[in-house]
Amino acid sequence: MIQKGKARTFPNHPNDINTDYIISGRYKFKIQDPNELATHVMEDLDPNFFKRVEKGDFIVAGNNFGCGSSREQAPMAIKYANISAVIANSFARIFYRNCFNLGLPAIEADTSGIEEGDELELDMDAGILKNKTKNKEIKIAPVPKTMQTLLADGGLVEHFKKHDGFKV
Amino acid sequence: MGKTIAEKILSNHSGKDAHAGDIVIADLDFMIGQDGTSGVAIDSFRKMSAKKVADPSKIAIIIDHSSPSPNQGVSAIHKKIREFAAEQKIKLYDIGCGVCHQITPEQGHCVPGDLVIGADSHTCTYGAINVFSTGIGSTDLAAGMISGKLWFKVPETLKVVYKGKLPKGIYSKDLILNLIGKIGADGATYMALEIDGDAINEMSVDARFTISNMAIECGAKCGIMKADKKVMDWVAKHSKRKPGPIEADKDAKYKQVIEIDAAKLEPQIAKPHTVDNTCGVSEVVGTPIQQGFIGTCTNGRLEDFQIAANILKGKKVADGCRLIIAPASKDIMLDMIKDGAYQTLVEAGAVAVTPGCGPCVGTHNGVPSDGENVISTANRNFKGRMGNPNSFIYLASPATVAASVIEGKIADPRKYL
Repeated sequence: MIQKGKARTFPNHPNDINTDYIISGRYKFKIQDPNELATHVMEDLDPNFFKRVEKGDFIVAGNNFGCGSSREQAPMAIKYANISAVIANSFARIFYRNCFNLGLPAIEADTSGIEEGDELELDMDAGILKNKTKNKEIKIAPVPKTMQTLLADGGLVEHFKKHDGFKV
Repeated sequence: MGKTIAEKILSNHSGKDAHAGDIVIADLDFMIGQDGTSGVAIDSFRKMSAKKVADPSKIAIIIDHSSPSPNQGVSAIHKKIREFAAEQKIKLYDIGCGVCHQITPEQGHCVPGDLVIGADSHTCTYGAINVFSTGIGSTDLAAGMISGKLWFKVPETLKVVYKGKLPKGIYSKDLILNLIGKIGADGATYMALEIDGDAINEMSVDARFTISNMAIECGAKCGIMKADKKVMDWVAKHSKRKPGPIEADKDAKYKQVIEIDAAKLEPQIAKPHTVDNTCGVSEVVGTPIQQGFIGTCTNGRLEDFQIAANILKGKKVADGCRLIIAPASKDIMLDMIKDGAYQTLVEAGAVAVTPGCGPCVGTHNGVPSDGENVISTANRNFKGRMGNPNSFIYLASPATVAASVIEGKIADPRKYL
C-alpha cells in the first residue's frame, strides 16, 4: 500500500520531541476522548499544528522522536489527528512500540532533506519514501518483523484477539 | 557466551537461552499502572474482550499522578480505575499512598531477579534492587494483565562503572545527571544500563533508586544494579517474597563500558528544556529561582528530605521564593514526621503536599507562572512539564534545591554542609 501526504515538520525543534510536547500532561490526564485529545497534539511546540494537518499527512522529525513518558495518548493523539505515519531518523523505544500497538507506522529514515509541505509517498512494502517535491527517493529502515505483524493485524488489540495472545 | 543481568533475567522468564537481539515472550512477576495510563489500559482490556486478569495478585494500580483529583475529568478516570480494581480484585493504592515507583518496591511487590512492567516510563526505578523493570504503554499493560506475559526484544547492555568516592555535597542525582549529559537523551536507546562501581557500593539503596529511575532519560530500557548485602537487607525488610538475585557473568558481552570518576564531580544541574542539557552548578550559580520542589519518584525518599532538612534547619526560604515538598509515599511522610525532617522543612517555609507525584507532571500542586524559574529534584524539565510552557525548570539534587531556595537563586550546596 502506498500512503500519500504532506510532510509536517518542526524546523525549530527537529530532535528529541518528547511525549509531553506531543500531548501535554495537562490534557492527557483529563481528556479520555481521543478525538478531543488530538486537537491538542503538538500544541506546546506549535499551537496551530492540529489546524494545519490534512488527512494522511506525515509527521517528519529528526532524532529520538517520542522520548520521555510512556503515555499511549501520544501516538493516539497523532493517529486521531489523521496523521498516517511518523517518519524520523530515530525513535525512543516506548513510543516506537506504542505506535505499532495502535497500528500507527513509525518509520526510520534519513529525514534531513525533507522540508515542511513536501509531498511524500510512503511505500512500506518496497521500503521506499518518495519526496515528490524534491524528486528524491529515500530508503527506509526495514520494519522489524514483530512490528510488521502487529501492523498487519491492525494493532495489538486486534492481534491479541485474533491469536488469543501474542504470536510474534 | 557469558550473559548480562538483562539477558539472564529474560532467559529465566522465557525458558529460552536469550541473547541481545532475540525476541522472547516472558512471564511477568508483577505489573503496575497509574492514573494517567490505567484508563487507556482498561479501555484496551475491554476492547480485547477480556473478562478477567490472569492473576490479580501480580497487579497493582496506583493513583498518584493527579491525586487527589483536581477536576471532573480526572475524577472520571479515577472512578473508572477504582471500579476496575474492585471488579478484578486488583490491589489499588488510592490517593495519598504515594508514587507508584516508591510503592512497588516499598510494599514488597518486587524482589531481585524479577521481571516487572509498568505503564509509566520510570518503571526502570526497581533496577536498583536487581529487578529487570521497564516502562510500556497502556495496551501492553492490558495484554500483560490478560495473559501474564509480554514480548520483549532482549537489549544490548551498556555498562557504567562509577569509580572513586563521592565527594561531600555530591549525590546519586549528580551522578545520573552527569551521565545523561555525557551520553545524551538517546545515548542508551534500546539498551539496558548495568550500573556498578565503588561509588554505588558506598551509597544507600534509596540513593541508588535515584540513578535507576533516570535510566529512561538517556533512552535505556532498564537501569539495573547487582543485589549486594544492602539490597538483600532492604528487600528482606520490605517483602515476604523470596528473592532470586542475578549477577552478570564475568565474560558477559557489553555494547560499551563507560568508567566515570565520581570523586571529580561537582553538583550537577540540568538546564531547561532537556535533561541532557547539563552543567556544573558553578555555571548557573545566581540564576533567580521562584519555586523549589523536592519530591517525586526520583528524590522523594526519607534520605532526600533529611539532606534538605539539614541544610534548611534554622533557615528560611527566601522572600519571593516558594518551596513545595511531596513525600514519595505515606510511609516516608510518617518516617519524616518521626525523624523531625517534616517539621524542620515546614518551619523553614516549605509547603507539604499529598504523598504522590506532586507538581512534577503539571496537573496540580504548584503550576509555575509565565517566566518563572523552578529548581526541582524531578527527572524531567521538558518545556511545559509542570503545566506551563512559558516557565523554566532546572533539575538538581535535594541539597542543591535546598541551598537554592535559601538564597532565592541557584546556589552551590557545599557551602551549607
